[in-house]
Amino acid sequence: MRRTVRFTLNGERVEAQVAPHETLVEVLRDAFGLYGARESCGQGLCGCCTIVVDGTAVSGCLYLATLADGAHVQTVEEGSELDAVQEAFIERAAFQCGFCTPGFVLMTRQLLAEHPDPSEEEIRHYLSGNLCRCATYPEIIEAVQLAARKRR
Amino acid sequence: MKRATQAAETSQVGRSVPRLESWLKVTGRAEYVHNLRLPGMLYGKIFRSSVAHGRIKRIDVSAARGLAGVHSVVTAAEVKTIVPEPYYGPAFHDQPVLAIDKVRHVGEPVAVVLASDPHVAEEAVQLITAEYEELPAVYDEVEAVTSKVIVHEALRPAGTFPDLKHLKGVKNTNVALDFRLRRGDAAKAMASADRVFEHRFRTQQVMHTPLEPIVSVAESTENSLTIHTASQSPSFVRIEIARLLGWPENRVRVRVPFVGGGFGAKLYIKLEALVAVLSLLARRPVKISLSMEEQFFTITKHASTFHIKSGVARDGRVVARECEVWWNGGAYADIGPRVTQKSGFTAPGPYDIANVAIDSYALYTNLPPAGALRGFGIPQLVWAYESHTDMIARELGIDPVDFRRRNLLRDGRPQATGTPMRDAAIEAVLERTAALLDWGKPFDRGSEPRRRGRGIAIGFKACIANTTSLAAVNVNADGSCTVYVSTVDMGQGSDTAMAQIAAEVLALPTEAVTVVHSDTDVTPFDMATLGSRSLFHTGNAVKLAAEDARAQLDALSKELGLSSDTPIADVFRKKYGMRAGSVTGVGNFIPPYSPPDANGQTENATPFWMVGATGVELEVDTETGRIEVTRLVNVADVGTPINPRIVETQLSGGSIMQLGFTLFEKMLFDGEGQLRNASLAEYKIPGMLDVPREIVNEAVVAEQRTGPYGAKGVGETATFGVSPAIANAVHDAVGVRITELPLSAEAVFQALARK
Repeated sequence: MRRTVRFTLNGERVEAQVAPHETLVEVLRDAFGLYGARESCGQGLCGCCTIVVDGTAVSGCLYLATLADGAHVQTVEEGSELDAVQEAFIERAAFQCGFCTPGFVLMTRQLLAEHPDPSEEEIRHYLSGNLCRCATYPEIIEAVQLAARKRR
Repeated sequence: MKRATQAAETSQVGRSVPRLESWLKVTGRAEYVHNLRLPGMLYGKIFRSSVAHGRIKRIDVSAARGLAGVHSVVTAAEVKTIVPEPYYGPAFHDQPVLAIDKVRHVGEPVAVVLASDPHVAEEAVQLITAEYEELPAVYDEVEAVTSKVIVHEALRPAGTFPDLKHLKGVKNTNVALDFRLRRGDAAKAMASADRVFEHRFRTQQVMHTPLEPIVSVAESTENSLTIHTASQSPSFVRIEIARLLGWPENRVRVRVPFVGGGFGAKLYIKLEALVAVLSLLARRPVKISLSMEEQFFTITKHASTFHIKSGVARDGRVVARECEVWWNGGAYADIGPRVTQKSGFTAPGPYDIANVAIDSYALYTNLPPAGALRGFGIPQLVWAYESHTDMIARELGIDPVDFRRRNLLRDGRPQATGTPMRDAAIEAVLERTAALLDWGKPFDRGSEPRRRGRGIAIGFKACIANTTSLAAVNVNADGSCTVYVSTVDMGQGSDTAMAQIAAEVLALPTEAVTVVHSDTDVTPFDMATLGSRSLFHTGNAVKLAAEDARAQLDALSKELGLSSDTPIADVFRKKYGMRAGSVTGVGNFIPPYSPPDANGQTENATPFWMVGATGVELEVDTETGRIEVTRLVNVADVGTPINPRIVETQLSGGSIMQLGFTLFEKMLFDGEGQLRNASLAEYKIPGMLDVPREIVNEAVVAEQRTGPYGAKGVGETATFGVSPAIANAVHDAVGVRITELPLSAEAVFQALARK
């Protein structure tokens, strides 16, 4: 039942044996030891499992791993240096327990790629699919605004 | 967004040091039990009760056992081969590891399938069938007092708490604690009061919803057990598992890395007893991760009913208050009896009332268990007494803030327990909140269909007593420092705060300090990370331990003829002739406490008081009933903040969480006790779009003289006033009074329609 899936993971060509029901979060975790994308609600509603596939953020807990065949997959673990978004999250204390943070970081990168100078309204709407039970939302809004300035 | 927090800047304490684990968290590399995988590990999936109350007639696991890939299926019969009396709990030993003979709520664990592949285990769970003889059930906390339905045949107090001992073996009751407080003569004062006001308030059952769902892993040998668990109380887990197994504590090791949100959900025993038994049965490591849905059946916040009655004199002074509170504890007591008592004694609110009667009841019902949720019952009480207070003021035609001023519990005055108030900035917090709202100045009331209103509410909380924290502080040969505590960092920033305290004592930069995560084989005992107690208790223990280490270093310097400001590394080098050695300081902190007498009276009810007020400005859409909070002001007495930025984040986060419990969160049960919205699709928690336009968070200038560097806890404080402040503002805007949470658009719309 398993088939070989080949894709680019954080810039490296990789392959994995994947069963048809396995999600991308499971494969990243079990085959590659990457834990930044994490399943929480299991329904694609909280954003904790955010993964970037071919430049678009997806809910990794719903995204079947076989669909990643041939794709470019990026996770929060990509790169060895902090980017402007991660630096801004630290400087603005925009996390508490940290469980949702990777999802917010990836979603913020996508937001800033589309809107380099987002209004508070745009930030709220763009990130409304990511949940933070510690409710660090005001700090996250500030961090996104700071990251936008850092990138200019 | 405008925000402000005041703090004195000293070298390490009082500085907004970024969290020590910042890099780990923004790169997705922080360690959670959620991530843990061990060689040979089995996954457990739980088969749960489909009825609210019933006798188990038959459980058929044969099809599940026969499924390819299934390792084993476990029911209570197998559990008993490892633990003959498999009942656990902090207040009552009432909760079975897996259901025995009876089920008491929908979703109660009945059997577990183990398999190497979690999907196989999940599939096998679907093949299990159970037959129940259904019994009548009771769901309402007030009905439970007199109901013929009895949830537990006999009460089984754990023996830990003296005020529960009288309940041992008691039959034919659902009352798991009847806390009573009497001060003065409330009935007599009520009879002679000028006006008497009487109201009843209710709160709904909600869930903590940590985004790292509850998860535990156990691995065992013949005579030792290691439990990796997302727990707020590793020391309790070790003691309770050791008790269940009849083992010495040193054969049970409990490790807790970072925790992805707790809020009270991850206290005491959740999955730990189950994975421990499964691992001993299977002789392999076992992991159980709950789904989001399963969390709703595991632990919740008490629904409650509060009947409150006040007698008011002609001068607007409250002369008598009677409080009757019923706490819906669900099928297992968890920490409910402590909520009932520890919060119960503050039920009259932060007011100076000479005659008080409080009756606070913990009830068993056939709903999922309730425990502590960010406030230990206080938000339920403040909801009622601050709505009540506003209703009285408006009825009497007195400004609500003025009415509070007349009755405020001031420093040195006795609280309902008789304990004199100390270091509780009630007055400053109220005045600052009023000032930030421009109270007394003209206010834009909007126009149809958007009416504007504002409201205020203030609450207070006693920190749980009697509790202990220990700490060890190691100063290494290079001058770096390691702190050992069993406090769990679940997002509240305790690692950073503890490091700041140790750094301050040792005159080191905070970044030179690391904090070892809870590991009961390594870190010393700590009661638990709950009730905003850690910064005060563990913080004091860390301070003592660091001072002990400092004294040892000073003695060493003296012995070597070095000045006291010699760099630590040079002291060790001179002593040992090379880089070697270390110094370990220990600290043991237990604040004084006197238990209450039969009337709830005590000279010392709490090590410290927390005070929090909230002011809101909001708009009510009269066509839809929808509330939009446009401005949220949180003011708190947190003592002197150790880390002002983290304090502010805690205040802000706590208030937004409580906003969800106020405006929309509610577990919806049908008449059969079935939960109808056990998922984030149907149970909404606050998101970005629910956050008010403007939030102001402020810590008043204050000092907790017994706290580490004047500090005290903050995790719960901003939750106190949110719900009643909003209800008061809704009344201010549109003239309707809602007495039951949540203040959903439907509730407001219906109240407007009835007007």
